This record gives sequence, C-alpha cells and structure tokens, in this order.
Amino acid sequence: MSDLISMRDLSRNDVEAYLRHAEKMEKSLRSSSPPKPRNKIVATMFFEPSTRTHMSFWAAAERLGCRAISLSGDKSSSAKGETLSDTVRIMSGYADVLVLRHPLEGAARLAADVSSVPVVNAGDGGNQHPTQTLIDLYSILRLKKKISGLSVHLVGDLRHARAMRSLLYGLSMFGAKITLCSPKALAMSDEVVREVQEKFSPSIRTTHEINLRDCDVLYVCRIQKERFEDQYEAARLQDEFRITKEQISAAPDDLAILHPLPKIDELPADYDSDPHAKYFQQASWGVPVRMAVLDRVMGV
Amino acid sequence: MPLTVQKISNGTVIDHISAGRGFLVMRILGIAESYSDRVALLTNVPSKAMGKKDIIKIEGRLIDKKTADRIALLAPQATINHISNANIVSKKLVEIPSQIDGIFKCPNPKCITNAERVTTNFAVEKNQKLRCHHCERLFAAEELVA
Ligand SMILES: [Zn+2]
Repeated sequence: MSDLISMRDLSRNDVEAYLRHAEKMEKSLRSSSPPKPRNKIVATMFFEPSTRTHMSFWAAAERLGCRAISLSGDKSSSAKGETLSDTVRIMSGYADVLVLRHPLEGAARLAADVSSVPVVNAGDGGNQHPTQTLIDLYSILRLKKKISGLSVHLVGDLRHARAMRSLLYGLSMFGAKITLCSPKALAMSDEVVREVQEKFSPSIRTTHEINLRDCDVLYVCRIQKERFEDQYEAARLQDEFRITKEQISAAPDDLAILHPLPKIDELPADYDSDPHAKYFQQASWGVPVRMAVLDRVMGV
Repeated sequence: MPLTVQKISNGTVIDHISAGRGFLVMRILGIAESYSDRVALLTNVPSKAMGKKDIIKIEGRLIDKKTADRIALLAPQATINHISNANIVSKKLVEIPSQIDGIFKCPNPKCITNAERVTTNFAVEKNQKLRCHHCERLFAAEELVA
C-alpha cells in the first residue's frame, strides 16, 4: 500500500511512473467501451469546499469503474467534535482509498499515519496538493513532449500559492529552466528556493518584471486576496501584475499558457479562445491524472 | 574580581554552551521558577576555544542521553560532565539527533498537530533546522524551544 501525500516523498522515477500511467488512462478514456467494474470504493473526504477538485476525483473514480462515496465538512461528525484521526479510522473501514482535503497543514500526513487504506492528499491548507502538481507536469509534457530544458515562467503570487511552490519542486526535479516572476512583496520564499537548489541544482532566475521573450510555458496564478490583511494592497498588486496582450505577443509562437484555476483577471479579457490558452485542457487532464493516482495507490 | 560559583559535588555541569544559548538550554532542561535544587547559569564566560561561552551547573541531577541530544540542537559544541563526590565521572560531547519525537510543539498555528492531540515529530536537517513531519515547515531550533 502506498499513499500520495507530498511531492517531497516522490523520486523522479515515481513521478514518471504516475505520468506514464496517466497517459494510459487518457487513452482508455478515448475508447468507447465502458470501464470494467471493480469492487472498489473511493471515499472523498472534503473538510473544505473545493468543488472542482472534488468533482474531478469523483469523475476519476467512476471512470476507473470504482464507486465513490463522499463525506463533506459540514455534514461530518467533526462538527460534533470528533477528531480527524477517528473519522479517518472509521472511513478506512468503509473504503479502499481515502481522498482527503483539509484546511489544516499536515492533515493528510496524519490521516495516512492512522489509516488502514491508502490516503491521497487533495490539499492540506497551504502545504501540499500533489495531484495538482502531477496535472501541471502532465500538461507540460503533453503540450511540449518534454520538461527538461524548457523555459517555464511562474508568474503571480509566488509567496502564497501552494501550487507554485509545489510546481517549482516538480520542475526542478525534471531540469526545466525556471523563471520566478512576482511583485517584490510576493516573491517565493528563500527557504523553498534553497531546498530545491540543494536537492536538484536547477536553473532558477528571479525577476519582478514580466518578459516572455524566451518563454515556452507561462504558468500564471491569481493573487491570493484572502491571504492579505490589507485588501487595498491586494487589489493594487492585482492591478499592477496583470499580463497584457503585448507581453504575450513578445513570446515564441508556440507559447503555452497554464493556470491552476480559478482565474480572476490575471490574463487579458476574452483570452480563453486564444490558441496559447491551454488551461481548460489542463483542467480536463485532471481526470486521467487522478485516475492514475487512484489506480496506483490502490495497487495496480 | 572573578565571578565564581561553588563547585558541585553531585550533579551535572554542561560546559561549552554557545554564548547566550544558556537560557534556552535551561528551558530544555525544564528548569523554571519551581525548581527546588541549586542551579547556576553563567553566561558570557571567557573561553579560549569559543571566545565566550555559557555554563550550567545543576546539583543533584544527571542528564540523560535524550535530553543531551536536544541540547545539541541549540549548542552543538556542548559537553556534559557528570559529577559524583566532586569528581568528574563522565565527560561526553552532545550529538545532534536525526529525529525529535513528542517534545516540541509545532510553531505553525495552521499545523494539524495544534488542533488535534498527536505526537509531533521533527526531522533534523542541515544547520540544526527541524522539519515538521506533518506540516513540512522548516524551523530553527530556537523557534521550537521558545
Ligand atoms: Zn507542523
């Protein structure tokens, strides 16, 4: 039995195995025959609303031929004071794999330590969201056929966005050429950069100006307004750090733009039908990637 | 005139504590107002090897290996001398442990270990920094002891 809790637990080989498996899953989705039913139950436990991630795991379970059951925050017994450990112990008696989303950091690790079935982390506060990172890496691989040597720009709120920290880790592991671009106040923490530098010695450039001239993949995230004490400051940074059509036109023709969604107004208005915009395709790859994750942790 | 502290006859002398860290080491030893035996903390004592150092003398108590290892996180050069009948009976260097279980609280307020009763665990990484097993954040040893 294996869990998927943190990118930090994975070797490059592990990540490659997930990505290859996702490709197989994507092919199986294109075939017209329905999935072979399996006698497996996937339990989704969402203690924090995240409709998109929840639906995507649910769809992945169904597409695998498993059944899905669900426990969500307000209806659960946590309102009555039951600990997460107890809830997890009980649910692991009902299902073959647990998918957990929780607002507190380390919740998934705790769950994995007490569960008798595999646990998949679907986001633990500001800490980890490993399936998102696998989806991001898969998207880059599908669009560009490689990750190593690609110029990838991470642009936006690098200080608060968990997706960006995790992606930096994944990209470093695969030897991408990384540009970190954010307002000064929202730079990636030194600690995170130091960790990947010590582990993978990647090429990382830090800047506060958007310049896409050498950019193969532009990965944008929103300013995380809810993390600001000063809402005026958040609005100001959001205004200041919007990507313009002129900036995009300076990029190579085959630039791909990704975004973990939801987006606010980081990208030009009416941009969604532009051939560079790949974020809806990226979101759709969430299903085969999560199928691969569920399949692997349950033991193929 | 030199500042002197009486020799102890039975107990422990922790020497070569990095200057200024003596107060934090006292916390690791759990020595607070209610402690009833004699304890001396000397800080900023001139030292040939270290420039300045702190020393702690505790009467009537021996320091076990686990506590000594925790001291190593704050004062990697410390030596622990056990004293019996006014003689040094053992002299040991502290060793930095690779893991610390169940002693420290995680300073991250959003860590699950602060919401639910669970044994904390920290892995010791480079430069005596500690990473929480649960929330994966990295802390300096001082942050955990404070
Ligand atoms: Zn923690």
